[in-house]
Amino acid sequence: MTDLRRLLSVLALAAGLAAVSATAHAQLTVQITRGVTTPIPVAVVPFGGAGPQPVDVPQVIGADLERSGRFQALPRASMLQKPTRAGDLDLAQWRLLKTDFVVIGRVLAEADHLAVEFELYNAVTGERLLGYSLPAQATTLRLVAHRAADMIYEKILGVPGAFATRIAYVSLEGSGAGRHWRLIVADADGENPKTIVESPEPIMSPAWSPDGSRLAYVSFEGRLSAVYVQSLAAGTRERVSARAGINGAPAWSPDGRRLALALSQPDGNVDVFVLELASHALTRITDDPAIDTEPCWAPDGKSIYFTSDRAGRPQIYRITIAPGERPKRVTFEGAYNARPRVSPDGTQLAIVTLDQGVYRIGAVDLASGRSRVLSSGRLDEGPSFAPNGQTIIFAAREGGRGVLATVAVDGSVTSRISSATGDVREPAWSPRESAP
Amino acid sequence: MNRIYSLTLALCLALTLGACADKPAAPAAATSSDSVAPSSGSTGAAGAVDSGQGRALPGQGAQGAEAALLAKTTIYFDFDSSEVKAEYAPVIAAHGKRLAAERGLRIRLEGNTDERGSAEYNVALGERRAQAVKRALLLQGATDGQLTTVSYGEERPVAEGHDEAAWAQNRRVEIVYPSGR
Repeated sequence: MTDLRRLLSVLALAAGLAAVSATAHAQLTVQITRGVTTPIPVAVVPFGGAGPQPVDVPQVIGADLERSGRFQALPRASMLQKPTRAGDLDLAQWRLLKTDFVVIGRVLAEADHLAVEFELYNAVTGERLLGYSLPAQATTLRLVAHRAADMIYEKILGVPGAFATRIAYVSLEGSGAGRHWRLIVADADGENPKTIVESPEPIMSPAWSPDGSRLAYVSFEGRLSAVYVQSLAAGTRERVSARAGINGAPAWSPDGRRLALALSQPDGNVDVFVLELASHALTRITDDPAIDTEPCWAPDGKSIYFTSDRAGRPQIYRITIAPGERPKRVTFEGAYNARPRVSPDGTQLAIVTLDQGVYRIGAVDLASGRSRVLSSGRLDEGPSFAPNGQTIIFAAREGGRGVLATVAVDGSVTSRISSATGDVREPAWSPRESAP
Repeated sequence: MNRIYSLTLALCLALTLGACADKPAAPAAATSSDSVAPSSGSTGAAGAVDSGQGRALPGQGAQGAEAALLAKTTIYFDFDSSEVKAEYAPVIAAHGKRLAAERGLRIRLEGNTDERGSAEYNVALGERRAQAVKRALLLQGATDGQLTTVSYGEERPVAEGHDEAAWAQNRRVEIVYPSGR
């Protein structure tokens, strides 16, 4: 039985490796390009326990914390002791190393699963801040490590982490007629990339369902645009919109039952519509000869933000979803504001904005109407909020290559997420606790 | 704005084609039914074309000119503009004439933008450009059923650079005939 289980886990690992190698060219690397000036020193001590450790859990936790730009993890070589239990922990030693917080833990083999036990100590006060046992399988160990990192991050900083999340993005390799597009889903740290769909024609605009189980996206396979909804677990998909002209910019309603879309009329005019997924009933939301596109639902599901050039240049508008409602303009500063994404708490928008002649990511405070520029590139686009609202991921150009980048909403931390080969673009951050 | 532009285009085309009609004109070189005048005549502008085709002289020079116009299948646009520039009127006229002559011919108009700005907004801009070329071709006698538009936005650049020289090449509508036509 145990042998059979071991064999199965080896097979699962081998299968995992095959999947990873199949998309290895699109593997992402995350680099912090700017952190806070005084990151919090933390030590994540190697875990004990006799259980199998196919994943180095404390290494994943430490890397997550560092990747947030708000922590500095003590290198293992600098650790004077490597305690795995509270009884062996001498906090005075860690204070000498100028470490504010210490994480110790164990990976234990239970009857039919693993258990990740971890504890968080304040080295200065000696207080035990967290003590948890999280169930895991060999295949979910990495996810469980990300969850532990989320709990540690939230305990110390007071805001939830977003490590146990995923990102969807589009990779583009080759050039000219040899171009190849892939829609990929990876963990937020770039690990476990899996190709969801690939095509010799463009794929764009991935959007997560609110429960994280499905992706809507635009694919030009057949050389015409269509919107698809694909289940991540089953891999099955449905073509939900393939009308003549543009089928684009899918955005899920907060209840997951409807998609807002940009559709064109026979004369090419683009407006925002809402498609009821169960009945396929289509409701027009905007009606204007200008371009109305890039819809995004307010968290309460009662109104939609969108891009429109009805005033000449693209600006952000908001329309309440009810008969006879007229859109209200939201952005007034600058000649180009597009592609709104609402923060999870509904208080601000991430947008693409023209700033001193270049395209950057901006944030608009919805209460005051004030906007600020967050990114520093020249061709930044496609912002998407992390589910904790702390970070925005977006697409950028660097040395002619398409990369992803993140910026904290307070501007304090930036990172670059690049692929070894090809371009990556069109990032979409998953909701919290999306199904693995 | 569009209406004014359309009128201007129609005038330009009428002038251009009027000038052509004085020379020995030959219809599009690519098909076997070339010696037969196209059966359109449904629009004013195309009528002007037809009047020149009754003579149907071989005229290699003019035929070569027509073929050269038909070989041009890309219409370029100014930044953030979907206006078909006057310099493309002869190219549009040649394709329109061919479509009017070959009613079974169906083509694709693929709109594209440069990489700047937001991806889905650019899809809408590319569609606007494809529609502008479509309207111009309709004025030349093509029918709605012959023309399919698609917009790739910024997804299919022909020039890979990231400067104005590359962007200018990428702001375009491609006229795509079925392979072999």
